[in-house]
Amino acid sequence: MSALLEVRDLRTTFPSSKRSAGPDDGLPVVDRVSFDLSSGEVLALVGESGSGKSMTALSILRLVPKPGRVVAGEVRLGGENLLDYPVTEMRRVRGTRISMIFQEPMTSLNPVVTAGAQVIEAIQLHDSIGYADARARTRELFVEVGIPDPDARLDAYPHQLSGGLKQRVMIAMALSTRPEILIADEPTTALDVTIQAQILALLRDLQRTRNTAILLITHDLGIVNELADRVAVMYAGRIVEVAERTQLLSNPLHPYTQGLLRSIPARSAAGDRLPEIPGTVPPPSQWPSGCRFSTRCPARFEPCADVMPEELRPAGGRRVWCHDVARNTNPQTDEHGEEEA
Amino acid sequence: MAAYVLRRLVYGVGVVMGVLFLLFVLFFTVTEPEDIARKALGDKAPPEAIEQWKVNHGYDRPLWPWQDWDDNLLFEHYRKMLTFDFGLSDADDSPIIDRIAEGMGPSLSLTVPLLVLGLMAAIPLSLLVAFFRETYIDRMGVLVCVFAMSVSTLLYIIGAQFLIGKLLRWYPISGFDVDPMLLPRFLALPIIVGLLSGIGSDVRFYRTVFLEESSRDFVRTARSKGASEVRIMARHVLRNALIPILTHVVLAIPFLFTGSILLEAFFGIPGLGSITVDAIQSNDFSTLRTMVYIGSLLFILGQVLTDLSYGLVDPRVRFDS
Amino acid sequence: MNVEPYIASNVVTLVLLVGVGFLVAFVRRNRLWREAARTLWSRRKVAILTVGLYLAIGVLDSFAWKGGVPEDVVDVLPNAPLTLVDRLFLGTREASYSAPLAEIEFYGGQPLRHPGTHLLGTDILGRDVLYLSLKGARVALLIGGLTSLIAIPLALLFGVGAGYFGGRFDDFVFFLISTLASMPGLLLLITLIMVMGRGTLSVCVALGVTSWVGFCRLSRAETLKLRELEYVSAARALGVSEPAIVLRHILPNLAHLIVITFVLMFSGLVLSEAVLSWLGIGVDGSWGQMIDGARDELSREPIIWWNIGAAGTALFGLILAVNTVGDAIRDVLDPRTLRDSP
Repeated sequence: MSALLEVRDLRTTFPSSKRSAGPDDGLPVVDRVSFDLSSGEVLALVGESGSGKSMTALSILRLVPKPGRVVAGEVRLGGENLLDYPVTEMRRVRGTRISMIFQEPMTSLNPVVTAGAQVIEAIQLHDSIGYADARARTRELFVEVGIPDPDARLDAYPHQLSGGLKQRVMIAMALSTRPEILIADEPTTALDVTIQAQILALLRDLQRTRNTAILLITHDLGIVNELADRVAVMYAGRIVEVAERTQLLSNPLHPYTQGLLRSIPARSAAGDRLPEIPGTVPPPSQWPSGCRFSTRCPARFEPCADVMPEELRPAGGRRVWCHDVARNTNPQTDEHGEEEA
Repeated sequence: MAAYVLRRLVYGVGVVMGVLFLLFVLFFTVTEPEDIARKALGDKAPPEAIEQWKVNHGYDRPLWPWQDWDDNLLFEHYRKMLTFDFGLSDADDSPIIDRIAEGMGPSLSLTVPLLVLGLMAAIPLSLLVAFFRETYIDRMGVLVCVFAMSVSTLLYIIGAQFLIGKLLRWYPISGFDVDPMLLPRFLALPIIVGLLSGIGSDVRFYRTVFLEESSRDFVRTARSKGASEVRIMARHVLRNALIPILTHVVLAIPFLFTGSILLEAFFGIPGLGSITVDAIQSNDFSTLRTMVYIGSLLFILGQVLTDLSYGLVDPRVRFDS
Repeated sequence: MNVEPYIASNVVTLVLLVGVGFLVAFVRRNRLWREAARTLWSRRKVAILTVGLYLAIGVLDSFAWKGGVPEDVVDVLPNAPLTLVDRLFLGTREASYSAPLAEIEFYGGQPLRHPGTHLLGTDILGRDVLYLSLKGARVALLIGGLTSLIAIPLALLFGVGAGYFGGRFDDFVFFLISTLASMPGLLLLITLIMVMGRGTLSVCVALGVTSWVGFCRLSRAETLKLRELEYVSAARALGVSEPAIVLRHILPNLAHLIVITFVLMFSGLVLSEAVLSWLGIGVDGSWGQMIDGARDELSREPIIWWNIGAAGTALFGLILAVNTVGDAIRDVLDPRTLRDSP
């Protein structure tokens, strides 16, 4: 059975300053990214800033800002490649089949239009229903996302709402047309911790009741633990590991994932030195031709810096890209020689 | 918000005081009343005539309050200007306020259509250019604007007068008539010239505003909802862009009254701009002083109006959270 | 010590050239500026060359020396200081109008003293129009460049001072800016010149007074922003003295604004002077004055077009080139492009 959303070898580039704009020139901020999203599941896309996770999300909806371009790959929704769609078709997909919510609710809402009007616009763009009906539907949505005093809030302007409320409005807007997929780009990063928990709970409830698939972009492993069914880890534009959540958190295969998990403060004893991954993410101009993590990898050996690792499929539906895992693992079983510290 | 406007008004009054002081310094200390009298009467005038002239025009008293608290020119200057008692022209002894009253009508008849037509031309053009950003339409548009901006207004005037007035003979080169039927013919050329010389910088400015608003996050949100580019431009970008555009326009309103100096003088429109030019050429300092004062007053008024208009257009100002 | 004006002018020009030399050396050593300059050159070669041409002409016209006047030349005093440009056109005076490259006078048909040599014709006084146009370059550079060179440091002094030190000084400066900015520019300009008397110095001072306000406001606003940045607090915590902070942290961050403002102010000033010339209170020898003097020539039969044509084209050429370069500079120096790399 094919998944709801199948992303294959997605590649998005930004022109580098030194070259002229040929289609293959430029820095691939999203480099041969592949993953599946099944109906009703929550897939978390995890990575540091600059890993390309937001760009991946934007590439799916073809919202990559100029001068970036999606140059290769497929994004199959229900079997059809979205990248082949003419723009008019794509607009019909946006908001109806795939919706997106963004990180900064403060700037993502139009400041001179009321909250209600913005949601109504989302509805009326795709459904030919009258204003009164749309407004009623919006009010119901407001209740559903937990906005208190919904009637007053319909006519409120964004600056009159708190961060949490604004994000709820965004969620209401995104879900107003009952999309099959919701892309959430760091939906709680800009919010207070207490509000974060509320929004996460809201997303979880909505996801269950509506059976919406969610592609959750985040850098916070705590959120991954709360919400995700499966996790894909990105580093420097490439996916390095994909696994089901509990498996990833208890038994990470890729050295980068291991490093990330090791450095969670809760996992260290007080007074110990917090483990860190030495070095920093190299800028695109300094990516090695092989594995991009090789510059910082404790398990690095000869082929790593020169040869890009191929995809491995250990048991349990996992995928990983790493030479060290390859040499230590018999791909047929799920045993491997690495011990997690 | 009322408190804010009140504060701006009070500060505005303070600025008016400052402007009047600067005018006093410029017109009474840097230029000696002696010189003004000489310019009015001629160098050969006898000293008694000069003294008499000074008395007539009120220049014979001490300048500063510390010289004579009850009768000094500084206080009188303030008193008169603030009560709009402008006195007589240094050149021909006519009451300045009458000339101003006469001049306002013709000035407005030129500048109001110019403003309206200018907006009607510039905004759609800049929307168009901003919509097609980064394409050759945009680049051509910017190029044309830079070209248009680089031509001196003088050249536009002379060129238009020559081309349209003389060669093609579509409209008269200059002149004015109060008859509303005949007036448009005389206003046609100055309005054309005014539009041409201003459209370059206007379109560039509006284009920048539109481009800035187009790159905001909420535009990305609208796109993710499936809105078309046209809709985004018309409903989201334009609405937000109106705020800085409105500021620009409201600031220009006071100048509707002061008139365009160049256009009026070149095209023989007897408005406030003409009066100013005459004052320059006849060394009529009292009229010049009054014109600068009025211009400043209107400018300050314009700024206060702008602040008020923010409240109408930008909900963030209207509803203080 | 009584210095003759032409010697003073020579010295000032020399100082300016030395200053430009230092600037070039600085740009070559600093990586960011060097790259910016290179990008600018690659994008706008024609405009930069055009500005360079005008600059060269202006500089050539700025060094004057006495002597060397041939015997038969009557239109100048034998002891007058003359520049290179003056000397190139020495003794080419005609009686009155003549068309470009003509052999005879425009009115009357008398043969010219130097037939076929006047590329752009002659004006009402018989002076070669090309010569007048070339002389105008120096005047324009003076008006635009020198005035900016005075207005900008002044604006910086008050603006950065007000923004950084705040308090009463800031209140004073803000009030001053508000007052000056409330007076319509052209009117204030006219008033200042009328009041100070006509002449080159008056015009430059007046132009300076009316144009420093905008940049003062801008630099004050930017300084206010920069002052709150964390690395300034850090510098202060480390005990760096206030003047050093201003010099090393605030000013370099204003550098791109300074460059952009300078270039854009330049064209505004030159255009303003043209209007002033038309009102009769401009600078002698400027293109604006040429245009003003030639106003009626277009309505004659047959038309005399070369005077206004030459001055108008020269003016347009310089302004267009400067505006184009200025736009490109603004794009290149945008702090966002300076800091990020793709």
